[in-house]
Order: sequence, then structure tokens, then C-alpha cells
Amino acid sequence: MKTVRVLIVDDHRLFRSGVRAELGPSIQVVGEAEDVETAVRTIAELEPDVVLLDVHMPGGGGQEVLRRVLGGGSQVRFLALSVSDAAEDVIGVIRGGARGYVTKTINGNELTDAINRVAEGDAVFSPRLAGFVLDAFASTEAPPIDPELDSLTTREREVLRLIARGYAYKEIAKELFISVKTVETHVSSVLRKLQLSNRHELSRWATARRLV
Amino acid sequence: MSEIPDATPAFPKLTRPLSGRVVAGVAQGAAEQLRLDPVVLRLAFVLLTVLDGLGIVAYAALWMFTPREPSEKVDRGRDWGQVAAYGLVGFVLAAIGVLSGAAAGGVATWPIAIGGIGSLILWQQADPGRRQRWMNSTVGQVRQTWVRSGIGLLLVVVGAIGFLVAQDQLAQAGTGLMFTAVVVGGIGLIAAPWLASLWKELQKERTERIRQEERAEVAAHVHDSVLHTLTLIQRNANDPREVTRLARSQERELRNWLYQPKQDADATLAAAVRRVAAEEEDAHGIPIEIVCVGDCELDESLSALLHAARQAMVNAAKYSESPVVSVYLEIEPDEVTLFVRDRGKGFTLDDVPDDRMGIRQSIIGRMERNGGSARVKTAPGEGTEIMLTMKRTA
Repeated sequence: MKTVRVLIVDDHRLFRSGVRAELGPSIQVVGEAEDVETAVRTIAELEPDVVLLDVHMPGGGGQEVLRRVLGGGSQVRFLALSVSDAAEDVIGVIRGGARGYVTKTINGNELTDAINRVAEGDAVFSPRLAGFVLDAFASTEAPPIDPELDSLTTREREVLRLIARGYAYKEIAKELFISVKTVETHVSSVLRKLQLSNRHELSRWATARRLV
Repeated sequence: MSEIPDATPAFPKLTRPLSGRVVAGVAQGAAEQLRLDPVVLRLAFVLLTVLDGLGIVAYAALWMFTPREPSEKVDRGRDWGQVAAYGLVGFVLAAIGVLSGAAAGGVATWPIAIGGIGSLILWQQADPGRRQRWMNSTVGQVRQTWVRSGIGLLLVVVGAIGFLVAQDQLAQAGTGLMFTAVVVGGIGLIAAPWLASLWKELQKERTERIRQEERAEVAAHVHDSVLHTLTLIQRNANDPREVTRLARSQERELRNWLYQPKQDADATLAAAVRRVAAEEEDAHGIPIEIVCVGDCELDESLSALLHAARQAMVNAAKYSESPVVSVYLEIEPDEVTLFVRDRGKGFTLDDVPDDRMGIRQSIIGRMERNGGSARVKTAPGEGTEIMLTMKRTA
């Protein structure tokens, strides 16, 4: 297996060194950045495979990094890593272009898996993110504007439910009698919908969830 | 008991009822006390108004001195149709009066009446109790107050000018008025910057106070919870299990405070499941991850589901040896599903003796008694998943 080159972007030095120590041998940490400015510069310099991106940072946070890097046409893949469970943050970075969202409580092995998956172009959903997506796509009364993008297929819903129940991709594949590759395809397709759907409910839902 | 006290006193206090009023409820209130039809009194007021405006003065005086009837009911406003009808009657009577020369005072009495109403409205606005209420009231009410004050002011001015016109004094008063206007305008110009800065200062002080209150709340919270837990962690430094438990429960509490919508602890199912999971997590020291989709009110059958879910969490935390327990709750329009899953050692369901209460009674039995169902999926070495389903009654 080819080693994955990773850049860690986080404003907490202790956390950066903690992650560095936890990652498996298939991951090579090529650099660190502690704010939006250095992150944007270092990504352009080092061209890592995957950027581990903190959501809350001085200077605009992860979303600002995503906007500036992806807006510049870069193909770098981002995995958001945060202590926040707020729907606003989770949906925000995913719609900003991150290919996955995991919370900082994740253990080293799971994080290594997640990074490898993102490096291969797949999506990584934590149980909570899966729950948010189900919630956001369920609460619809208005007919979808674009049926292909604005609603989930039955199979995608099943996959998301199993992720929310704490199943790993391998376990989902076994449960639904499909291959792991097919599970990955479904999750990537949900990610695409999440990013491209212009359901205005999605952002509003995420914001409103905090205010209830 | 010799006598049952009468519900209504012999001489009821004169009040102005809000419902059924035409202008301010004076006529209706008085009619109630005199045991007359309010229409009779209203016509009397109209007639008196036509005769030198006496009716308006009398009405205004009564309005001023009669308290509003204490009532919980929402003010439904006036019946404008009736107002128009009585106004028309008055107008017609006045026309007849002027034409026939019966009205002695002539037009000159009108400005006095109008000025009287204006000052009355202003006087009412200045009532200290009300002023207190405007301070706390909504924007709509404030606007209404402005409109009222404006009308009052306009009526006073019109009344004063009308009086001067009627007395042929307007020309002389003109110079005096001009002088007054210039002086007031000058003072206004001088004081304006000072008033503006005072206003700004007040606003600034207000935002600062709000900010300080927020900061105080955060500080109080951090002190009560986080600092306290950190102290406990230092004291228990040689007990890793306890340290983990403390850190975990503090983390959960802080997260709830920061990210969860403020919920009444047990009003909704999702909140109740979170609370139960938190309690079991504390009791057994195993992290319980919760994902909720949707939410609904907690009813009796859902309480049964909650109890069964608690038992499932206890089993997973106590016996499975799994490092983490996942709980997934989904509320759909017609049914509620809850999964409790661990990746522990699992078991064979047939091997569980019939008398063991946990699974059979507390989970499966309880769900079935309440019209739901429970499914257990487990195998040695493959963890356990318990699925609870309950139809929604509402």
C-alpha cells in the first residue's frame, strides 16, 4: 500500500502532536499548520494527499481554508476533524467541500482508516453525520426542486441508517449483502448530494437546529 | 351558616368593561350600574354633545375617573360600526340644532371639546403604571402609544388654535408663538449633540451590560462544572477508570450546554434517551454514543420503550465487554425505532435461562405488553444488537 501524505491543520499544538503519534505506518505526516494563512500556503507548497482540517480556527476556520484552496482549483482532499458536534459546523464543512467529518474522539486506527478512505476518493461519515443527513433529508414537505439531488434513494437511506447505528463499512456490506465497494459508492453519492443539493432547507435546517 | 353571601355587592363599583364597548365603555359601565340599556345612555351622551358639547365633557370626565374593569380577556377592540352609527346620529342632530338655532353656544364650544379630548388622551398616556408597561411591551404596542400620543397632541394644538381663532386672538398670539418656537428650536439645536451622545452612551452601556451578563453566565458554568471536575480528576489521578469517567461525563455535559438545543429534560423522547444514556454511561463507565433522527413527545408506550432501551444499555455496558455502545433512535411519522448495539462478546439467545429477567422480561416482554416489539441479533464474538420498535399512537 502506498503511503498517504497528510498535512495536519489545527490551532492546538498538543492536539497536532497527539494525532501525529497515533497515526498508523501507512500515513506520512508531511507538515502542520496552525491557522488559515499558513494552511493555505503550506497546502500549495506541499500538495499533500489529504488535509486533516480543524473546523474552528483563528482567521475564519476550516470553511475559509476550504473556500480558498478548493476555490483556487486544487484537487486536495479534506477530512474535517473537530470537537464540535454542532449540525451547523458538520454540514458547513461538508458543503464547503470536505470529503468526510470525524470527531476528535476517534481512535488512531479509525482515523488511519478514514484518512486512507478519503485518499482513495471515498467519503467518511461518522454516525452523527449520518444522523444529521437522515434528519435533514427527511424533514421535507416542499417537493424537491431537483429529484435526483434533493432526495435519497432507499438504498442510501439504509446505508446511512447502518452508519448511524455504528456499523463499519464492512459490516454494512455484510448486512445488506453488497460489496464494500458498493457501500462506498452509496456513501460518496450521498456526499455529492449533500454538497450539491441546493435544498435551501439544508443550511437552514442546520442553523435552526441550534436555535430550537 | 345562616346566609350565603351575595356574589355581587349591593352597590357595584362603576367600571368600564372592555368587551362590548363603543368608545371607552363608559356608557356601558354606567348602564350596568343604573340597570339601564346602554343604548339609552349612549343616545343621552350624543344628545348632550349636540347641546354645547356637554356630552363629550361629561363622557370625558367619567372616562377619566372610572377604572377599567379588571379582566383577563383580550381586548377585542371597538365595534367601529356602532361608533360610526352614534357619530352619524350626533352629526344629524347637530345639523338640525345649527339649522334651527337651538344650539346656543355655537361653533366656539367645539375647540374646547376637542382640546379637552386631546389633553385627556395625553393625560392617560402619562399614567405611571402604564409607562412602566410600555417599557416592557412589544414594538407594536409602542407604536400604538406613539399614534395615540400624536393624536392627543394634534387635538390639543387644534383646540388651542381653534380657541384663539374663535376669540379673534390668533394674530396677536402669532408673534408670541413665533418667539416661543425660535427659543425652543435654539435650545433644541444646542442640546441635540449632547442628547445624541447621551443616547449613544446609554446604548453602549446596555450592550456592555448584556455582554457582561453573558460572560458571568459562562464563568459561572465553567466554575460549577469544568473547574470542579478538573479538581476531582487531579484528586483521582491514580485511578484511570475514574479519571476517564469524570472526563467523559464532563465532556458530555459541556457538549450539551454548547450544542444541544435547550430541551425540557423529559418532555421529548430524544431528550429522555440522551438522559438515560448519560446516566448509564456514568454508572458503568462505558461511553454510549447516541444519534437521534427526529423527535416526538414522550407518551406512555414510548416510556416503555425508554425503559427497555435503558435495560438494553445496561446489559451492553455491563456484560458485553465492548469498549463503546452505540444507540440510534429514529422517529418516523408512524413508528419509533431504537437500536442499541455493542461490539462485545455476544451470546447465544437460546442459552439464556428462562428466569433471567433482563432480556426476556425487561426488554422483550415489556415491549410486547405495550404493543411494540423487540428483536435481538447476537452471536458469540459478533456483538449484540437490540432493535426496539413501537408504533406511534398520536
